[in-house]
Amino acid sequence: MHHILLRTLKTGIVTEKTPELPEEMKEISRKLLERGIGRFGRSLFIRHLDAGSCNGCEVEIGMLGSPCFMLEHLGFKFVASPRHADLLLVTGPVSLHMRQALLDTYEAMPSPKLVVSVGGCADDGGIFRGSYAIAGGVSEVVPVDLHIPGCPPEPLDLIRGLMTAAGV
Amino acid sequence: MDESRSPCSPFLEVIETDREGYLHLAMEMSETGGRLVSVWGFFSESLSLLFSSYFRGERLFTGRLSLSGKISDLPSITPFFPVASRMERSIRDLWGISFSGAQDHRRWLDHGLWERVPLTQKAQPETFGEGDYPFVRVEGMGVHEIPVGPVHAGMIEPGHFRFQVVGEKVLRMEERLGYSHRGIDGLSRNIPWNRGIKLAGRVSGDTTVGHALAYSLSIESAIGMEVPKRARFLRGLLLERERIANHLGDLGALANDAGLSFGLSQFLILKEDLLRQNKSVFGHRLLMDLISPGGVRKDPGPLPIAEMSGEASRILQEVEILEMIFEQHGGLQDRFFGTGTLPPETAQKMGLCGVVGRASGQPFDLRRLWKEPPFDETGFTQALETGGDVRARVAVRFFEVKESLRLVQEILLKLPSGDVFLEPPSGESGKEGIGLVEGWRGEILCWSRLEGGDIVAASHFHDPSWILWPALEMTIPGNLVADFPLINKSFNPSYSGHDL
Ligand code: SF4
Repeated sequence: MHHILLRTLKTGIVTEKTPELPEEMKEISRKLLERGIGRFGRSLFIRHLDAGSCNGCEVEIGMLGSPCFMLEHLGFKFVASPRHADLLLVTGPVSLHMRQALLDTYEAMPSPKLVVSVGGCADDGGIFRGSYAIAGGVSEVVPVDLHIPGCPPEPLDLIRGLMTAAGV
Repeated sequence: MDESRSPCSPFLEVIETDREGYLHLAMEMSETGGRLVSVWGFFSESLSLLFSSYFRGERLFTGRLSLSGKISDLPSITPFFPVASRMERSIRDLWGISFSGAQDHRRWLDHGLWERVPLTQKAQPETFGEGDYPFVRVEGMGVHEIPVGPVHAGMIEPGHFRFQVVGEKVLRMEERLGYSHRGIDGLSRNIPWNRGIKLAGRVSGDTTVGHALAYSLSIESAIGMEVPKRARFLRGLLLERERIANHLGDLGALANDAGLSFGLSQFLILKEDLLRQNKSVFGHRLLMDLISPGGVRKDPGPLPIAEMSGEASRILQEVEILEMIFEQHGGLQDRFFGTGTLPPETAQKMGLCGVVGRASGQPFDLRRLWKEPPFDETGFTQALETGGDVRARVAVRFFEVKESLRLVQEILLKLPSGDVFLEPPSGESGKEGIGLVEGWRGEILCWSRLEGGDIVAASHFHDPSWILWPALEMTIPGNLVADFPLINKSFNPSYSGHDL
């Protein structure tokens, strides 16, 4: 036990400063607010859904759990049930086999349902576009409020995107 | 021997067979201690090819069955290697050709949503509705069923698990995969290798280096070209960095699943440090799009060698401290010990490789067996445990992450100068090549066939997860439902790498 305490003390606080939002993202944030969504301030529950990604996007979403980012101090929390979620974070080109699961998950969320798509694939199918096995980008299946580009987007891009969506 | 093959490596042998010879090879391999690596096929108007690859001793033997005319069925090797079942079912789903001699006729990658056979555009034979995949059920007093997925509670990939349980104990677990199927076999047809390499790097994002390397090796072997020595060393460096990043993440997640969140925090700090250095030196955190046929796309120039070595040795020290904490933590050891045991005999029968194989007494590691550059100059010590439980898989990961951190320093020290990329010459139509790589999960195989110029007629990507998934299924019975996430994490098979 004392090793754990010593280690924790030695590590100290590694959490970094919250990134600044560039003007254009603040603008998007304001637009979302006008539409009546995004008034989540500092409490936003997120349900993540992999709709057929290569898992590269999952690696970076997983890194948000690193103490370097400390997502929860911004009020973001990943939840297990879509019924508890304010925001649906979708990765991957929507595979034909995940299309229904995506629709069901979206359906199960309480309004207002905020949807953020993550990574080039989620935008338009990316490198998998045109395949018989792909239903298309996320917005071809459920309405998307914000897209976070990248292949995969880096943790700071993800945080900026989430802050924009939440109107923090 | 057909002139279609031209493997550069002395460890690769392709054997041309007829139908009987194909089955005979499977029988011979199963009787002489060979293990199955992969089964795949390629079919077009003029050409029908079926392959099965086996590893025996230190060599990879590939049976190549070339058929002409109209094919009504293909020979199944499942009587000799049951683990081939899902691979053969996938070939049938994608090409619409059935296997004679197979036991399991259920669809696998096909979820009943395809109107036509995807890769031939022929009309579909009978189809199962999506909801009625016939899971094997256990009957009896008090037995009930728990369906899980495809959407899971955590931040993981999609897949479905069906548990048959009594009380807390699992009697049987069956997987239903294919949710991440993106049609990669189809997408890889008739594209230039510049595009193929992008696709290879996205078969499974956490193994982008491994798959890109296997693909590059397959193309280089088909062309018959060698890449510069500096490129081979850099590829080795990238491969080890990918291994370190994934092992660090897994060790943290395993501690977390066993209730010690401290472990996750600590390991994710180390992993983040490593990924940031990847970005600053190589330009991408996950090292995507760096390896390509011909070498490595970008010479990072005079690498900040001192800085990288220093970082590796610092991480090594921290890992050693964390290993001690893990070992002394009673609660953690209690969850790890004796949980999810895959006995060496079962592992051997299934032909397990990689981390999970090495934790169950299967001493395969290409870095030791083949000693290809840079591992010929750096030396390499292989991990091996025989317990086969979660504890053993944790121990193998600790051992390997430490060895890789040492390797990184050694490779940097011995990094030769020179070119890192040679433009691959034009390929000759009909040539084929195979690449095999010791990825962080285990052996990755890639096969490619050239169309001439820089066009690749087709490729097949094989991830070790094809073997890991059935092995996980074998391991679960007798364990508690609540231990499933922990055991699953200790195997950590890729969904996307399997679903293709
Ligand atoms: S955007 Fe890139 S990393 Fe994300 S799922 Fe697509 S290919 Fe993978």
